[in-house]
Order: sequence, then C-alpha cells, then structure tokens
Amino acid sequence: MTTKPLYERPVLVRHQLGHMNKMGAMQVNRPLTHIDGVPVEELLARYGSPLFVFSERTLRERHQELTSAFSRRWPKLRVGWSYKTNYLGAIARIFHSEGSWAEVVSGFEYEKAVALGVPPDHIHFNGPYKPEPVLERALVDEAMVHIDHFDELALVEKIAKRRGIRPKVAIRVNLVAEGIPAWSRFGFSLENGQARDAVARLVAGDAMDLVGLHCHVGTFILEPQAYRDAATKLAGFANELRSRFGIALSFIDLGGGFASHNTLRAQYLPGGVATPSFERYADAICDGLATLDVRPQERPTLVLETGRALVDDAGYLLSSVVANKRLADGRRGMVIDAGVNLLFTSFWYKHELLPGVETRGMPEPTVVYGPLCMSIDELRDTMLFPPMKVGDPVVFKNVGAYNVTQWMQFITYRPAVVLIGRDGRHALIRRAEQLADVIGPEEMPPWLEKH
Amino acid sequence: MNDIDRLRDLALSETGFLFDPYSGATFSLNPTAVTILRALRGSADRVAVLETLKREFDVQSADLEHDLDEFIALLRREGLVSREFGLS
Repeated sequence: MTTKPLYERPVLVRHQLGHMNKMGAMQVNRPLTHIDGVPVEELLARYGSPLFVFSERTLRERHQELTSAFSRRWPKLRVGWSYKTNYLGAIARIFHSEGSWAEVVSGFEYEKAVALGVPPDHIHFNGPYKPEPVLERALVDEAMVHIDHFDELALVEKIAKRRGIRPKVAIRVNLVAEGIPAWSRFGFSLENGQARDAVARLVAGDAMDLVGLHCHVGTFILEPQAYRDAATKLAGFANELRSRFGIALSFIDLGGGFASHNTLRAQYLPGGVATPSFERYADAICDGLATLDVRPQERPTLVLETGRALVDDAGYLLSSVVANKRLADGRRGMVIDAGVNLLFTSFWYKHELLPGVETRGMPEPTVVYGPLCMSIDELRDTMLFPPMKVGDPVVFKNVGAYNVTQWMQFITYRPAVVLIGRDGRHALIRRAEQLADVIGPEEMPPWLEKH
Repeated sequence: MNDIDRLRDLALSETGFLFDPYSGATFSLNPTAVTILRALRGSADRVAVLETLKREFDVQSADLEHDLDEFIALLRREGLVSREFGLS
C-alpha cells in the first residue's frame, strides 16, 4: 500500500534575479530547534511565549575572544561592561566575573552597578547628564567620571572644592574618523581645539587630575580603519598633553561601537560576512596607539566599552506563530506573538529569523508581523520563509543588545528572560510581567476614586 | 486565447519548475500547486480540483477551498491567467 504525501498549502513563487551577490550569500532557513542543547519547544513550554533566552556560554566566549584579541597586542586592557546595552543583573554579573568593570551613563545605572556589588572605583561614569547629587556621589565614591562638557567641568570643580576631594577624571573627546559621520554632540572637539582648551582649563583649576582620555567614534562601525584613525589621533593628543602639561595618562578609552553579527536594514552584505572580527578591530586600535610617545612599561591601559558585540550574539527571542494570512499583493503575512515593543532593534536590523521546528514545504515571500494593533509592528519585511502552522515556534537570533533595556510595556506585558548556563541548566533571570507590575506606580486622584 | 489553453502552454516539470513562454518568467511550485495546475489544465471545475487534491494527498485539517481560492488569486496576480478567470 502506498502512502499519500501529506497535504501542504499550495505555493507558487516567482524567481527573482539579481538578488545574489558575488559572495553567493543567500538566505537559508535552517531551523534552530535547540539553544546550547536545550530544545526551543521545552523552553517555551516551561517559561511561556514569547521568551528571551541568553546563552552564558556565548557571553563568556565573546568576552574571552575580545580580551584575547587585544591582550596579545596591548599589555593592559580593561573592558567596561556597557550597562545601557543590557543591564539585567545576571548578564552584568557574568561580564563582571570575567573581569569587566562597569560603564554607566546615568544615576540609575550607577546605582544598579553598585547594587550588583561593583566597587565604585571600578565604574566608568559617562554620559552628557550627571545630575549634581549623582555626580557628587560618584566623585566621593572615587568612580571614574568622564567629563562631557565645560559646564560639567565647572560642576566637578565646585563639588571637589566643597567636599575637599581631588578626583581623578577623564575627558571625553570627539573627533573626525575616516569614513564615518562625526559624532560631535558628546565630549570636546579635538579638531577645533576645544579638547585642548578643556585640559588647559582643568589644569588651571587645579581641583582634579586628568588621568584618562575617552572617545567613541560611533555605533555599529563596520570599518576598523575608523578606529585606527581615532586611536592615532587620541595618541597624538596624549603625546601633546604629556609634553605641554606633563600629564601621564593612566588610560585611553576607545569606547565601543564594534558591530555584532546582525545586518543593518540598509546593509548590502549580511552580518555574517561583513562584521569584522575582534582581531581586526584590535589590529587597528593597537596600531594607532603604537604612536604613543611613552616607554613600554608606561603605556596606559586600553579601555573598551563595546557592549553590543559582546552580548548581541548571545541573545535569542523565541516566539510563536499565531496566524498566517494572504496579503493583497500575494505575499504571505505571518503573525507572531512578539512585537516591535519587545524587539526594538528590528527598526535597525534585518534580524535573522529561523523556524524553531523542523519544517517541510517550500519557502515563500513572507512578511512577519507582531501582535500589536499598530501598523508599525512589522518585524521583517519580505523574506523567504517556510510554511509554519499556528503554534509553531520561531527564533530571532542576535537580539541580546539593547532589547531588554529598550523594550516597552506597550499593549502587552514584557515577557520572561531565561539564562542557559554552561552546563545546560536554565533558569529565569527576569520573570514575565503581570498587571501589578504595570499599574503598581499608578495613583488615582481622590475625585476619581469612587467611580 | 482562453485561460485553460494558456495554462496548457506553460512548461511545468515534475519537480515544480514552471516556465511561462509568454513572459519568460519562471516559478517554483510545491507539489500541491503542481497538482492544482495540472487539474486546472483539464477543467476549471472547483469540485473536480478539490476531489483531485483529496485523492492525491493526505488531507488532515486543511481548508482546501480557501487554499484553492488563494492559489487562483496568485495565478491571476502573476499573470498566468486573466483577471476574469474563475472556477465554475
């Protein structure tokens, strides 16, 4: 007796020419059914859908890749874990256990790092706005404050005199690096002499000691040459400060901005091909710093704050199909239970989306929508995707950066976050929200109470 | 030329590769779509096409009529049949 083939919905897909590139890269929808050996379906059954999942193994491996690439080229390295990229306690603690300091940009992040047990003198405090009480606490605690503008410089002087302390500080510098748009809104401009004026002002004020220079050339920088340029310019400025003011810096901070393996919406080559390795960034930065005019044993510590490249690849968003529909133009619309309120980065990236179960049937052009009753809730524009049934899981890759900090309680609650340990154990690191989490801070004015 | 003759002129392989000699366009079809297209070349009778699908496939819980209508709409959109084409 012959068995009949299982019925699938009919699919007809027009062949498109010209979408291949010279690398031959093409979209492959190989299912991702396990994360670090744990079945996707098991995770969803236990913790609910949607669900963020982080791999401790990948977090540690990325950190070790980064430190290994730079330590072979520069004697003293410090990683500052960028809290804004992902400040979940368990994630930050993993990086701190690998030796990272904290890099924070607000009073909230500062408090969070201290609450996690980070010693204040292992915190780099960046950002354009540090309210006076927060700044005062950080200075008294001996955190490393990076001064962003002249008003902040004056405020640090005022606090130092009032409290009778002499803080060690850094200044943030902005500069023009080859091939990327200049970020001039943060720090003092190197090119127009503002940075030089800031140091002269700091030295004349005699209220603090300059021990570090910091610059951050941009975000998701795919061209390491920009870092070579920035490091060379910072090294040149450090040489000038040494000869003019006798300042011996203890660190130079090249900030962050290394790309993860995501693909920007406007990017031609996919992230897996275009993203430079840590080795290439290290080559560029250490080449630039080699122009420092100091004896080898006096070389300053190189500080990096590259959050995205460390955490993005370790994060997954698991979701479930809730509906399939046919759009007016013939494409398939697939609705899933995770929206742009959870996956904020879908506004920037063509996220890699994979089936979470083995699938059969022909892929067809598919638009992936979230569950929000909002037209902006589109997670992927047309991509080839195999047929999925209602309830089937799908997996977004490389979502560890910025999503669990920028997600919103918009229309839906925020879901649980799970960590898979190196031994395959898994545990909640943030439970799913409930109504009480959302309405807890609300108050009812007296005249509305009895309605 | 009527739509059934137009469908008969399409070059359709066993593996679901379709060539439209009028436009030069090529398509991929899954086995269900191949079966429907072959049935349509015989006649545009809705009941007959549905019976063919039931005979050829292990149909468990699908909405065959809905799927068939969607597929006809796709054929119209891709210019493989006229806008007026419909099942009897």
